[in-house]
Amino acid sequence: MSAIRQAQRLISFSVSLRSSGIRIYQCLSKRNFHRVNSVTCSENVTSKFDDRPEFPGSKSEFVSKLEFIEPDNIKGIPVYRALGRNGNIIEESEDPKLDSSTVLKMYKDMTLLNTMDRILYESQRQGRISFYMTNYGEEGTHIGSAAALDPRDLVFGQYREAGVLMWRGFTLDQFMDQCYGNVNDIGKGRQMPVHYGTKKLNFVTISSPLATQMPQAAGAAYALKRAKNGLCVICYFGEGAASEGDAHAAFNFAAVLDCPVIFFCRNNGYAISTPVKDQYRGDGIASRGVGYGMMTVRVDGNDVFAVYNAVKSAREIAVAQNRPVLIEAMTYRIGHHSTSDDSSAYRSVDEVSYWDKQDNPISRLRNYMINNGIWDEKMEKEWKLESRKMVMRSFADAETRKRPSPDEMFEDVYDVLPKHLENQLEEMKNHVKQYKENYPLEHHEKLT
Amino acid sequence: MASCILKRLSSSKKQLCLLLRLETTAKNLAATRHLSFTYQPETASAAHGETTRMNFFQSITSALDTVLETDSTSVLFGEDVAFGGVFRCTVGLKDKYGKDRVFNTPLSEQGIVSFGIGIAAAGATAVAEIQFADYIFPAFDQIHNEAAYFRYRSGNQFDCGALTIRTPSGAVGHGALYHSQSPEAYFAHIPGLKVVIPRGPIQAKGLLLSCIRDKNPCIFFEPKILYRSAVEDVPSGDYMLPLSEAEVLVEGSDMTLVGWGTQVHVLREVALMAQEKLNISCELIDLRTILPWDVDTIAKSVVKTGRLLIAHEAPITGGFAAEIASTIQSECFLNLEAPILRVCGYDIPFPHVFEPFYLPDKWRCFEAVKKLSSY
Ligand SMILES: Cc1ncc(C[n+]2csc(CCOP(=O)(O)OP(=O)(O)O)c2C)c(N)n1
Ligand SMILES: [Mg+2]
Repeated sequence: MSAIRQAQRLISFSVSLRSSGIRIYQCLSKRNFHRVNSVTCSENVTSKFDDRPEFPGSKSEFVSKLEFIEPDNIKGIPVYRALGRNGNIIEESEDPKLDSSTVLKMYKDMTLLNTMDRILYESQRQGRISFYMTNYGEEGTHIGSAAALDPRDLVFGQYREAGVLMWRGFTLDQFMDQCYGNVNDIGKGRQMPVHYGTKKLNFVTISSPLATQMPQAAGAAYALKRAKNGLCVICYFGEGAASEGDAHAAFNFAAVLDCPVIFFCRNNGYAISTPVKDQYRGDGIASRGVGYGMMTVRVDGNDVFAVYNAVKSAREIAVAQNRPVLIEAMTYRIGHHSTSDDSSAYRSVDEVSYWDKQDNPISRLRNYMINNGIWDEKMEKEWKLESRKMVMRSFADAETRKRPSPDEMFEDVYDVLPKHLENQLEEMKNHVKQYKENYPLEHHEKLT
Repeated sequence: MASCILKRLSSSKKQLCLLLRLETTAKNLAATRHLSFTYQPETASAAHGETTRMNFFQSITSALDTVLETDSTSVLFGEDVAFGGVFRCTVGLKDKYGKDRVFNTPLSEQGIVSFGIGIAAAGATAVAEIQFADYIFPAFDQIHNEAAYFRYRSGNQFDCGALTIRTPSGAVGHGALYHSQSPEAYFAHIPGLKVVIPRGPIQAKGLLLSCIRDKNPCIFFEPKILYRSAVEDVPSGDYMLPLSEAEVLVEGSDMTLVGWGTQVHVLREVALMAQEKLNISCELIDLRTILPWDVDTIAKSVVKTGRLLIAHEAPITGGFAAEIASTIQSECFLNLEAPILRVCGYDIPFPHVFEPFYLPDKWRCFEAVKKLSSY
């Protein structure tokens, strides 16, 4: 009897030795990457004789008291900030020390985006374009993140990240041409306004169905990792989109398959009319990161420097360690969801006005620039005029351009036109020629 | 929106007008909505009682109101449903019936449908909204493998017949790839499901009430272009219209035209044009229910006319017109005077600025009528 017990003890002893051996190995291999801190490691080692759960995948200990985890007792994930509202650097060590030309470009892109938004929003109101979505209030998340990336890093966006494109050099003409779907639109007039995309600037074309880009981003990152080109992927998504099943697949695949991708959540408080309290019950999106085994940080999205610092570090982690990183940028959607929405039906003017006036990423950066003597009232005035002129010029030009020829709607369904589409194209052309007075041909380039 | 934004907007508006006047000549506005049909209001059956003037979305609200009123287990949910829905179909219902009966869900279509299956399986009535038919695909597995087979696989112990999925579909003039689709054919391939598409406010209320009370899971496609553009005097009370029954809207002798949803209105105009310009008498049929569909009404008409044209917005290949054509040619082979013709969307994604060229509009249908009649 006692011999059996002894043998059992021996077996369990050797098992726990083996498993603690594995733990030591993990500690050594990962110490450089501060994945497991050394304190926890040595604790693991000293407790190697304890009876520990040996279930595959388990990382914890046995307890003998029943205790549920009450999420409300867990402290919320803090919001990282570099710039105070007054535009002062809070902690010297967190000053990204950007040269003034970079800061100026940040500011000019944020404000130009704002001006473009106002003109395009209004032009939709006048029936000149069919649809529009503004970026008001979220300019800091776009510019701060874009500035911290390598321009060759691949971007998978949602739809409210026009500032990222602007930072990368997408021109006003290109924005306007897409919104008009005219002959110069690189997307060839097929998608609704704001569904931009540019291979040249490594920005994958926007698709309306939400969250679909997220697992794709993980896949793209996997390919980049294998190509060993030192690049990563950034994937933008809203806190609403994060409820889709695709978001789960994305996080889990990226973590399990060690993909160098930055998941950048723009938590702007709303998904159309749905406030975050109807979207999730946990501590935002960031709290999910740990569950997937991802490095995670939450930043103040209205602080362009904080966003910059977070994405810069996230990029280093992603590329050096081939790991996904989750960033939750807290911000606020100051505009309506889109031109199809009237947000006064579900939120108060006071709420919006608070974010617009008291916690606006543009004014915060402007304060910093004024404090540091690189911007003043006069420059502000001149830039306002100049940027408006630039936008208006592009806008007017885009409006005069025709739309592509109707023939083009059959192209690119496949790499080459298959027989049945060739026939349908012919049928369409013959029909439109025969009934030409009934079709808006004057807005399009000529049928061939 | 904040007053400051409004101010900004109005000052930019002034600037915009000014600059546009300076820089561009007056031009026809590119984005002006191109309606491919004229809506002809119908009259409700007197048997359904008093009427109220309603547009299409109000008639949906009225149906939902009726359900919430008459069935205390019923709940409505989906993305943005609480504040009234992006198409305003649930306006006022949360206030009237409470937030446990009319509520927002997190943003997940598979979640919405499967949650609804669960509600229905547990004995309550679920009316789920998918914000756009184009976004129903994450829920495809739940609809096909789950909702539709729930009864069959359990030997009729369990079912989710009390689930109805409402979703806006079809072209609107500027919806492009992802706000224009008409995916009814995918769902027509799912045994166990019912698929219904109304053509106007009177039909919408009566058919929706039938779907919700039907003992099988139903998908109810609402042609979104009709939400505001279609206005009728809709019976104010509770009434149901039959599922799986097509309706002959215009009687005729030379040719049968079949459509559903918006396309019915296109075909109505085509029938008029055919009468005026070609002296051809068309019989117009609204299929109304796509699955299980009413073969008899169409076959009866084709036996009489000998010619059949079917039109829908969805791409032609594998579209539901193919199913109708195939069945009717075997049912009515000896009566046919010409091959059955289909006028449909082309086999391409729904394109933004090319919409007027893509749609099976009245001119394309009219041309098909000419071809059919001179075969
Ligand atoms: C799969 C899918 N479902 C629904 C929609 C309709 N829709 C478009 S945007 C949106 C809200 C998205 O909110 P969020 O992800 O928070 O992004 P935000 O608009 O706030 O930037 C919804 C429901 C969609 N585009 N795709
Ligand atoms: Mg959001």
